[in-house]
Amino acid sequence: MKKIEVFGTGCKKCITTESMIKNKADEMNTDIDLHHVYDPIEMAKRGIISTPAVMVDGKLVHKGGLPNDSDIEAWIK
Amino acid sequence: MLEIFTKLADFVAYDTLQLDPVTHLAEAVHFFVEDTTKIFFLLTSLMLIVGFLRSWVSPEKIRQWLEGKPKILAYFLAVMLGAITPFCSCSSIPLFIAFLSSGIPLGVTMAFLITSPMVNEVAAVLFGEAIGWSFTLAYVGVGMVTGMVGGALIDFLKLDKWVEPFVFQVEAPSDDLDELTLTIKQRFHHAWDETKDILKLVWLYVLIGVGVGAGIHGFVPQEWFIAHASADNLLAVPIAVLIAVPLYSNVTGVIPVAEVLIDKGLPVGTTLAFIMSTVAISLPELVILRKVLKFKMLVFFVAYLAVAFIIVGYSFNWLF
Repeated sequence: MKKIEVFGTGCKKCITTESMIKNKADEMNTDIDLHHVYDPIEMAKRGIISTPAVMVDGKLVHKGGLPNDSDIEAWIK
Repeated sequence: MLEIFTKLADFVAYDTLQLDPVTHLAEAVHFFVEDTTKIFFLLTSLMLIVGFLRSWVSPEKIRQWLEGKPKILAYFLAVMLGAITPFCSCSSIPLFIAFLSSGIPLGVTMAFLITSPMVNEVAAVLFGEAIGWSFTLAYVGVGMVTGMVGGALIDFLKLDKWVEPFVFQVEAPSDDLDELTLTIKQRFHHAWDETKDILKLVWLYVLIGVGVGAGIHGFVPQEWFIAHASADNLLAVPIAVLIAVPLYSNVTGVIPVAEVLIDKGLPVGTTLAFIMSTVAISLPELVILRKVLKFKMLVFFVAYLAVAFIIVGYSFNWLF
C-alpha cells in the first residue's frame, strides 16, 4: 500500500488536493495510506515550502498547485 | 495597441449609454470601462508570461540561493526575489520557518516578506502604462529600499527575541529536496493555474480600485486636492499614510486610484506614501504571521512601514 502525504497549512487548494487523491483511490478501488500534514514545522523539517505538496512513499512528486488527474493516477498505482 | 480600450469605453459611454461627454457621470463611466478592461487584459497576458518564466524560481530554490550569502548581498537578493515572487499567504509560515531553520538571518527573511506583497513585476508594468515609467521606477525603488532597510534594521536591533522561540528549534533537512523537473507543457499549465488564482484573488480589488478611481475622477474636483493636499500642506503625507494603514488592497487594485490621484494633482510623494501603505500592510497577513512573530514584532513591523512611507512621501514631494 502506498503512503501518500499531502502538505498544506489548511488552504483551500491543499484540502482539494487531498480529496482529489482520496476520490481517485476510491474510483480505482485501491487502498492507500493517505495523510494530510498541516504542521508547518513538519514541512520545514522535510524541506517543503510551496503548498500543496505531495510525497509518495517519502519522495516529493508534486508541489505548488493542484495536481492533475493523470499524475494522481500514477501515484496511486 | 491599447487605444482599443479607449475606443471601447467611448463606445460604451457615448454610443451605447448615450451619455453627454462633458458630464461627471460620463467621465466616471468612461474611466471605469477603459480601466477595468485594460487592467484585466494586461494582468492576464503578463501573468501568463511571468508565471511561465517563474516556474524556474521556486521558494525552495530561493532558500538555497539565500543560504550562506554575505548579508549585504543577501538583503539585496531577498528583495529582488521577493519582488518577482507572488505572495501566497498560505505559504508564508512554512517559508518563514524554512528560511530561519536553514540559517538565513531574520532580517533577510523579513526583507523578503516585506517586499513580496509590495512590489511585483506586473504592477510595475501597469504603473508604467497608467502613470509613466518614472513612477514605476519610484515604486520599485521605494519598495525594494524599504524592504532592505527594514531587514537590516531588524538584524541591527537583534529582534530575534521577538520571534516565537519554537521557530529556532526546527532543524532543517540535511539534504535539499530534489527539484522536480517539469516539462514545458507542465510549466504552461502552472502559469495558467497561477494566472487563474491571481485573477480570482484580485478581481474584486481591481473593480473596487477602478470604481473608487472613477468616482474621484468624475466627481472630486481638482481644486479640492490643490486646496487640501498640496505639497505645502505638511500634514497631508502622514494623514494619507494613517488613512491607508488599516486599508488593504492588492497592488493591482491601487493602480487606478494612483492614476487618478496623480492626474488630479496630488503630489507624487503623497500618492506613493498612500499606495505603499495600502498594499504593504494587511491585517489578515499580520494575523497569520502572529503564529511565528511576537506581538511586539508586528507592532514594530507596522510602525516601521508607516514611518518609512512618511519619509518617502516627504522626500519625493521635496525632490519633485
